[in-house]
Amino acid sequence: MLLEVSGVSVTFDGFRAINDLSIAIGEPELRAVIGPNGAGKTTFMDIVTGKTRPDEGRVRWTSHGIDLLKMSESAIARAGIGRKFQKPTVFEEQSVRDNLSMALKNRRDPFSVLFWRIAAADHARILELAEEIGLSNRLADRAGALSHGQKQWLEIGMLLAQDPRLLLVDEPAAGMTPSERAHTTDLLRRAARTRAVVVIEHDMEFVRRLDCRVSVLHEGSVLAEGTIDHVTRNQQVIDVYLGR
Amino acid sequence: MTDIITGDPLPAPPPRRSFLRHNRAALWFMALLSLFTLVVTLLSEAVGTGLISTSLVKILGMTLCLCLVAVAMDVVWGYCGILSLGHFAFFGLGGYAVGMWLMYARAEIIIRDSLATAEIPPTEAEVADAVGSQIFGVVGSSELPALWAFAHSLPVQLAMVVLAPGLLALVFGWLAFRSRVTGVYLSILTQAMTLALSLYLFQNDSGLRGNNGLSGLQNIPGHLETPQAVIAMWFFWGSALALALGYVLFAWILSDKFGSVIRAIRDNEARVRFLGYHVESYKLFVFTLTAVISGIAGALYYPQAGIINPAEIAPIASIYLAVWVAIGGRGRLYGAVLGAAVVSLLSSWLTGGGAPDINLGFYVIEWTEWWLVLLGVGFVAVTLFFPRGIGGLFDHFAKER
Ligand SMILES: Nc1ncnc2c1ncn2[C@@H]1O[C@H](COP(=O)(O)OP(=O)(O)O)[C@@H](O)[C@H]1O
Ligand SMILES: [Mg+2]
Repeated sequence: MLLEVSGVSVTFDGFRAINDLSIAIGEPELRAVIGPNGAGKTTFMDIVTGKTRPDEGRVRWTSHGIDLLKMSESAIARAGIGRKFQKPTVFEEQSVRDNLSMALKNRRDPFSVLFWRIAAADHARILELAEEIGLSNRLADRAGALSHGQKQWLEIGMLLAQDPRLLLVDEPAAGMTPSERAHTTDLLRRAARTRAVVVIEHDMEFVRRLDCRVSVLHEGSVLAEGTIDHVTRNQQVIDVYLGR
Repeated sequence: MTDIITGDPLPAPPPRRSFLRHNRAALWFMALLSLFTLVVTLLSEAVGTGLISTSLVKILGMTLCLCLVAVAMDVVWGYCGILSLGHFAFFGLGGYAVGMWLMYARAEIIIRDSLATAEIPPTEAEVADAVGSQIFGVVGSSELPALWAFAHSLPVQLAMVVLAPGLLALVFGWLAFRSRVTGVYLSILTQAMTLALSLYLFQNDSGLRGNNGLSGLQNIPGHLETPQAVIAMWFFWGSALALALGYVLFAWILSDKFGSVIRAIRDNEARVRFLGYHVESYKLFVFTLTAVISGIAGALYYPQAGIINPAEIAPIASIYLAVWVAIGGRGRLYGAVLGAAVVSLLSSWLTGGGAPDINLGFYVIEWTEWWLVLLGVGFVAVTLFFPRGIGGLFDHFAKER
């Protein structure tokens, strides 16, 4: 297993947002996580990326069993976990190129970055990523000038630029047109050929197109897991989620 | 060049961003600063026609030092988003470090001269004692505090110009950033630091002459016979050079990815962490480097001012620094220079009695009293109506062309 979350619980002011959650992701794998609002999907990503510390439970990384709970956010990111946020967060004041360049897999300590100058390989990688996210002719533009969907893509591009082993993608298709959504599914499926990708999504059509294993979250733990057809037939899932 | 994996030819990298060529603002700045230096030199008493008095040369040289500390402030605040209200403390520390040598070395020369006529040549201990009572008599002591152990050594005191502010910033920043203190809490903490430092220095037993501070700093040991006009000229040139080098250093640091990262930290530091950057290290780097540059600026400033005392380090001084940068336009280095130059020159003109009072008939506006009101109103007006500051005017200019 690449990522193994076991028996994790988180309480916010007495409210149990994550309740004895266990979930394991292989490499490579594409996994969709669905569930009603407030089920704890985003909090799950917060725990894996070090933003939120759980009250109990374990989070292990790779076959070496590295304990992610002991690591800072930046160390977790450097270990190979990339994240796209629910609300697109790119650096709006800076160009698309600079956004991608910051995310490139290069050394990240201040002194290396101070003396970093773009190499041919970095340049090629930026062009390649821009092509993939459809922003080739927007490289010099301010990221803030992009449309909502393009910002989502830029953030996905930044994620790919980090070349992580695990991508955590929170509601990537929100605010996208149907054709943009189709493009996004392609992108994610391609990325999942060589690495682990976990996608949180509300839209059932989108999940169906991802065509992968699905985990249904409810009240902070996994309610059902399996193919999309398997989970949508599950009576509990229908009651809490689909039936509404 | 070919791709290592596929063997395909790689696209040529973009022409390297040779930073000075692409940084038009930095080039313009250097040109204007050189021109300014040349004009002042040609009009000075020491070298030129004498149209500019020596005291004005000193004021202009001091202004250049203030511009340098403002540039440092702009980097830490305008670019990295850390509203430090303590950078003037670092400026003051640089002044104290060099001031100790200036006072000690000059006192030593005076003592040796006066003892030279004695029948028995004085021992080293006698000289040190005499220097001690010469410097510390004013606070009722005659012993040199341990702090002054190396005051006789110019190299050590020059190293202290860099080390004292640098180490203070490093320790303070490490503690503050590690605990993720940000925003207004960090600003308050930096104010507490400068307040603590100035209160400590106000004490007579601080080892730095309490509220008397260090004085006579305009007299440079080894050049006591040299006219002040010449010394003022040298310090003016030194200040101009320091400003130029500091400006270029910061412009270079900000020109590529490092600048990208610290601006990203300013805009959303949590997001930068998830990209794998250790945000605290970057903040510490910027905080400490700007503190060191502030110290150097202070070390050049106080020999021109002639005196340094703890009031210079008072919390309000650091707040003024932030006001200059805000008025000049933060997030652009020349904005900080403009703000510091305009506001500090205006301040010395208005409070120095240079500006005529305005008689309204029923009330006389005396600038010495009303200057702070003007500054306050100016600050509020800039914040409300010109958030980009004076420097923002250049944007219109650049657009119209
Ligand atoms: N930092 C926080 N403080 C308090 N409550 C939180 C916090 N983060 C999330 N929650 C609560 O935890 C629950 C799960 O939230 P979240 O993980 O965002 O759900 P979703 O599945 O919609 O992404 C919600 O009820 C939310 O209000
Ligand atoms: Mg969510």
